Amino acid sequence: MEVDANLVRRIARLARIKVSDAEAQALQGELSGILDWVAQLDEVKTDGVEPMTRVIPMTLRQRADEVTDGEIPDQVVANAPQREEHFYVVPKVVE
Amino acid sequence: MSDLTKLTLAEARDGLATKTFSSRELTQAFLDAIAKANAALNAYVLETPDLALARAAESDARIAKGQARPLEGLPLGIKDLYCTKGVRTTACSKILDGFTPTYESTVTQNLWDAGALMLGKLNNDEFAMGSSNETSAFGPVVSPWRRTGSNAKLVPGGSSGGSSSAVAADLCLAATATDTGGSIRQPAAITGTVGIKPTYGRCSRWGIVAFASSLDQAGPITKTVRDAAIMLRHMASVDMKDSTSVDLPVPNYEAALGRGVKGLRVGVPKEYRVDGMPKEIEDLWQQGIAWLKAAGASIHDISLPHTKYALPAYYIVAPAECSSNLARYDGVRYGLRVPGKDLIDTYEETRHAGFGAEVRRRVLIGTYVLSAGYYDAYYIKAQKVRTLIKADFDEAYKTVDVVLTPTTPGPAFGIGEVSGDPVQMYLNDIFTVTVNMAGLPGISVPAGLSSEGTPLGLQLIGKPFDEETLFRAAEAIEQAAGRFTPPTRWWA
Repeated sequence: MEVDANLVRRIARLARIKVSDAEAQALQGELSGILDWVAQLDEVKTDGVEPMTRVIPMTLRQRADEVTDGEIPDQVVANAPQREEHFYVVPKVVE
Repeated sequence: MSDLTKLTLAEARDGLATKTFSSRELTQAFLDAIAKANAALNAYVLETPDLALARAAESDARIAKGQARPLEGLPLGIKDLYCTKGVRTTACSKILDGFTPTYESTVTQNLWDAGALMLGKLNNDEFAMGSSNETSAFGPVVSPWRRTGSNAKLVPGGSSGGSSSAVAADLCLAATATDTGGSIRQPAAITGTVGIKPTYGRCSRWGIVAFASSLDQAGPITKTVRDAAIMLRHMASVDMKDSTSVDLPVPNYEAALGRGVKGLRVGVPKEYRVDGMPKEIEDLWQQGIAWLKAAGASIHDISLPHTKYALPAYYIVAPAECSSNLARYDGVRYGLRVPGKDLIDTYEETRHAGFGAEVRRRVLIGTYVLSAGYYDAYYIKAQKVRTLIKADFDEAYKTVDVVLTPTTPGPAFGIGEVSGDPVQMYLNDIFTVTVNMAGLPGISVPAGLSSEGTPLGLQLIGKPFDEETLFRAAEAIEQAAGRFTPPTRWWA
């Protein structure tokens, strides 16, 4: 699996991580190496095999659909790097 | 009083019960030891002495009134992946710079409810991604162990390297840790400590910073098998806040000790005899087999044919889940923010500055394997391989009760020795990662020293929710092998 600079930039854009030219260069080799190495899974026959979802048979627990938490806006925004009252402040997104 | 730090958790518990010393004296001894040692070892990223002493005073008052709880007044170290209310929690990442949770993780709350107290937050690989504790934003942790005749700094393993180093160096009685691919057992093995990753679903994941949700489990690193049994009993619970928490009662694991291994059927998987395995690892494994046999267990050759695919499958599943989990770090809701020219640019700048190189690499791999058109070929394929790995164990457990393997392919390496090549670093987890992929419990117990004079461990793998058998078998190895502590206390 050959990862080129364009693919690195496309993945980085999807992941919302800036990459410098030098980083993109290094990542081509690193990502190619990892993807080549995981390609050995192609040897494994998995036709008709269910993907694993649990260790012992269990059904996902459900609870009544009711409010059990909330009314804590001070706590919710307490760690925001920029806030006004109970709002997160972000750069303008609509003109 | 400095000798108090050498006590095991069980010994300290008994000493408090008999009022031989107070929690305040015990806690102060650890705080003094940390103040002296931490510059050299870097095991703690945050010390909380005022909080610790306040809790110790409360514990002494309870003990005086005859109201002691099971872990009353016992000082612990807490991996910085556990959210602690009002105490900075960063997962050792710059992106969580200054993050102070307004809530407590279920596991730490369980420990506080049992009476234990916190000395501080322990270093780890950034977001628990690493096998050497070299990816931490707070810098690497140093092991208290050194090679014979050398002062070179060795890694304490990872990702729970602060936990293993602190326990091995007597900087806490026991520590919490987490294990996604080996992050409890590998650091325990190479520091001469005991580490158990329980069955997936045994400990609540609520309030622990998420890395790979289908693999992450909490567990302790301790000085002895008994201490691990005590810790796990009080960390584990059934938790409505984690839908993967399994609704089974938590046994008194300590009661499983002392029962011996007579009649226990131990499986030895031929697939763990990997190419290029050092002779001393093979010898250690044979020694473990001999010890268990001498203690009355029977030994059986077994086959786990999909073993070699566990690590590559892990490096699809773990990055995929990490890329989803780490999407929350957007520079808006908490932690670091690097302003950009618009919102998207702010995200990109923040995540570039906030994540270290290994985390960025894994988020990118994860983003790729989950991107349009690749999900089935990578993630679903890897999850199917997990089913096959689990089926191998199910088959083996028809004829054996527990599986014995080495924990690591070698002893501790030096800081900077392996960090150049990601795949080379990943191979550290070759014996531990299958256990996470199958969701099974695994324990590492100290078993000997390498030719370099540094610790090596053996791993026992159990049936789902059969941690009791692991403690029994681990105790048999511990009794035969003895305990391993660094020959000189150069850090103290």
